Amino acid sequence: MRPALSAGSRKGRLSETLFVGALLLAVLIGVAALAALVISVLSQGIPRLSIEFLTSLPSRFAEKAGARPAIFGTLWIISVCTLFSVPVGIGAAIYLEEFAKKGRLSTLIDVNIANLAGVPSIIYGLLGLALFVRMFAMGRSVLAGGLTLGLLVLPVIVIVGREALRAVPSSIREGALALGATKWQTISRQVLPVALPSFMTGVILAISRAIGETAPLIAMGALTYVTFVPKALGDRFTALPIQIFNWTSRPQAEFLDTAAAGIVVLLVVLLTMNTAAVLLRHRFEKVPRS
Amino acid sequence: MRGRRRHHETAIKGLLAACALISVATTAGIILALASETLAFFKQISPFRFFTGTVWAPTFGSNAAFGVLPLINGTLMVTAIAVGFATPIGLAIAVYLSEYAPKRVRSALKPCLEVLAGVPTVVLGFFALNFVTIRLLEKGIPGVERFNALSAGLVVGLMIVPLIASLSEDAMRSVPQGLREAAYGLGATKRITALRVILPAALSGIASAVILAMSRAIGETMIVAIAAGNQPRMSFNPLEGIQTMTAYIVQVSLGDTPTGSIAYRTIFAVGTTLFAITFLLNLLSIRIVRKFRETYQ
Amino acid sequence: MSTDKPVFKTRDLGVRYADNVAVAGITMDIAENQITALIGPSGCGKSTLIRCFNRMNDLIPSAKVMGEILYRDQNLYLPEVDPVEVRQRIGMVFQKPNPFPKSIYENVAFGLRANGMTDNMPTRVEEALKRAALWDEVKRDLKTNALSLSGGQQQRLCIARALAVEPDVILMDEPASALDPIATARIEDLARELKDQYTIIIVTHNMQQAARLSDFTAFLTVDVDETESRRTGVLVEYAETSQIFTRPKDPRTEAYITGRFG
Repeated sequence: MRPALSAGSRKGRLSETLFVGALLLAVLIGVAALAALVISVLSQGIPRLSIEFLTSLPSRFAEKAGARPAIFGTLWIISVCTLFSVPVGIGAAIYLEEFAKKGRLSTLIDVNIANLAGVPSIIYGLLGLALFVRMFAMGRSVLAGGLTLGLLVLPVIVIVGREALRAVPSSIREGALALGATKWQTISRQVLPVALPSFMTGVILAISRAIGETAPLIAMGALTYVTFVPKALGDRFTALPIQIFNWTSRPQAEFLDTAAAGIVVLLVVLLTMNTAAVLLRHRFEKVPRS
Repeated sequence: MRGRRRHHETAIKGLLAACALISVATTAGIILALASETLAFFKQISPFRFFTGTVWAPTFGSNAAFGVLPLINGTLMVTAIAVGFATPIGLAIAVYLSEYAPKRVRSALKPCLEVLAGVPTVVLGFFALNFVTIRLLEKGIPGVERFNALSAGLVVGLMIVPLIASLSEDAMRSVPQGLREAAYGLGATKRITALRVILPAALSGIASAVILAMSRAIGETMIVAIAAGNQPRMSFNPLEGIQTMTAYIVQVSLGDTPTGSIAYRTIFAVGTTLFAITFLLNLLSIRIVRKFRETYQ
Repeated sequence: MSTDKPVFKTRDLGVRYADNVAVAGITMDIAENQITALIGPSGCGKSTLIRCFNRMNDLIPSAKVMGEILYRDQNLYLPEVDPVEVRQRIGMVFQKPNPFPKSIYENVAFGLRANGMTDNMPTRVEEALKRAALWDEVKRDLKTNALSLSGGQQQRLCIARALAVEPDVILMDEPASALDPIATARIEDLARELKDQYTIIIVTHNMQQAARLSDFTAFLTVDVDETESRRTGVLVEYAETSQIFTRPKDPRTEAYITGRFG
């Protein structure tokens, strides 16, 4: 006679529990590390934050050092980056998604763009150095830095743009074309408006990543100690992440607090942008669907 | 009026094609920029010396040495620690999210991963030096140097955990539900199903994720520039400082290296090596994913 | 056919997708200001066929049109013919209503703007909505989002926006199949009113609808080639509707309309 059904052997249940325990331990390590990061940065940085910090120039003395040139530098180069990469990126996405014939060439371009998205960011810095700083003779300027970052985020924006366009139902395109609209009229007046919200979300996230980039700017020659605020596209510059790097690398321990304050500013900017992106996504997902 | 519309269309199509061309031309630009300076470098220093030399001291004037192996060693050390740390953790998180986590935990955990993925690497570098080295390692491990591969490696690992976790989770979730049901139906437990059925089925997706993460770790710059040190050496001791390829490029870029000098060219030679390695890894990763897709189509 | 000047003349018209011939050998004349119905079992290529008339098949890269189709004695598929202009003259209403996710006004206005018919826009929009028998229901607020209308209203909106660009012909690809019977009846009434001013070709899988509505009916069926396992749509019979439904000449037509298959 078969034994009655039991709730499983004790040993079996133990293995299950241990296993889940191990998984949860991994989750805990990840979450704890993130928490340690946030808490250590905030606890060191917030006390050091002040209006003076945001408005002063850097200094040899940790207590007096400020982030003004860095903040302005970041504003300048991110503006250049966005003004370049967003139109070019959406243009490329529209061409690749709506006009280009699917075939071998098209697949090659897809692979190419996917590869570009995986190239280490410092290589883009070397590209910027050779192309913008030297060949186009822009010098180590805001313009060169912004364009370098622009090339860095361009593949991501193209990918995001294509996904946004792909999500637009083809019935909208068909309906517009059947009315005698040209391809561009269809795209610009029907497809793009529908694709725009999710595209903007992706763009905001891509640009917010660019704000935190340090390596490509260092490679193309951004300064790390700057006592002036850039006033024109041709000026030399520094950026907030570079300033943070500079302070972190100083031997004096007090500069670590200054660096933490800079990080808090950076994280606040990023948090704002990411929240904007999420809100944008939520707001436009409320559009009535048939 | 219709004729005007047509011309308008052609002009716009041309403009859009130009945009697409810029995106693609970037690759050509990278290759050209790297190649021209690298070739000039190899005219002065033989590739053999570069790829087999074990001393890297390009700025030492008459005693300059141009063996890139110490930099590769440094990069591999950090990458090995990073991948060794991140793979089990990332996979465990992925298994948990895919097979065990209740909806509410998922919706809390996934944003955490996204936040971690969004932390700028300079911030992670700060964390590596300020917290991991100064507050953990120096208190716990005797003989650890201020700048060391372990701290950088662990934090680079932390950086790639979200990548491994989310890509592996996607791979596991794409495994057809039918396979799970078959396993459960045979009386297998969740653990056995996850380990013996799901993981093997998702293996190529996971492998692709790990390779991609490896490529990211190799290309990572700021964490190592801040925390791993600037001492190129052939060492397998993680408690010592080393120098990675990326950190070297930063070091030279921060200095006053005149363009056209041999030291200037070294950053391109090292950059080319870096680009080649990551490019090959990325290709490998895409290849594996494609094979994976075929299995389930 | 008893038409003096047919709007369309097709000679051996067909469409192939790569190796697969979807429909072939279609020779027929479409009469002006009449409703012509295309009926037949599923897979016989009626939708593929109707899309030849406004060059919508151009949108499918693998589609190739064979044979000839003349619109008012002009070959539609000559290289110098602009498909965009073709579609302004030959409008289409789709099976699933596809209004743009915009306001009612903007839905109608889009076609007008795209075709440069921007004078007196509000009047044109109102006219179109009236002709589509939708004006009274929506006149209170034209800024409402089109997607909040019922299915039948959305379809009439799609008809309105097609009418706004002043076409010559209206193609309807199963316009009522996604609608309830009452909405369907309204669409049918509308088609009857419209034929005074427009030529209408309608694809329908509903035989009774074809019998009620159309003046001429073309019956297509699938020709199965067992040896090569090819399925191609062919035209079996084309005549005045009364004849098709009471004295069909081909046994296949008779079998279909009496419900023995399809």
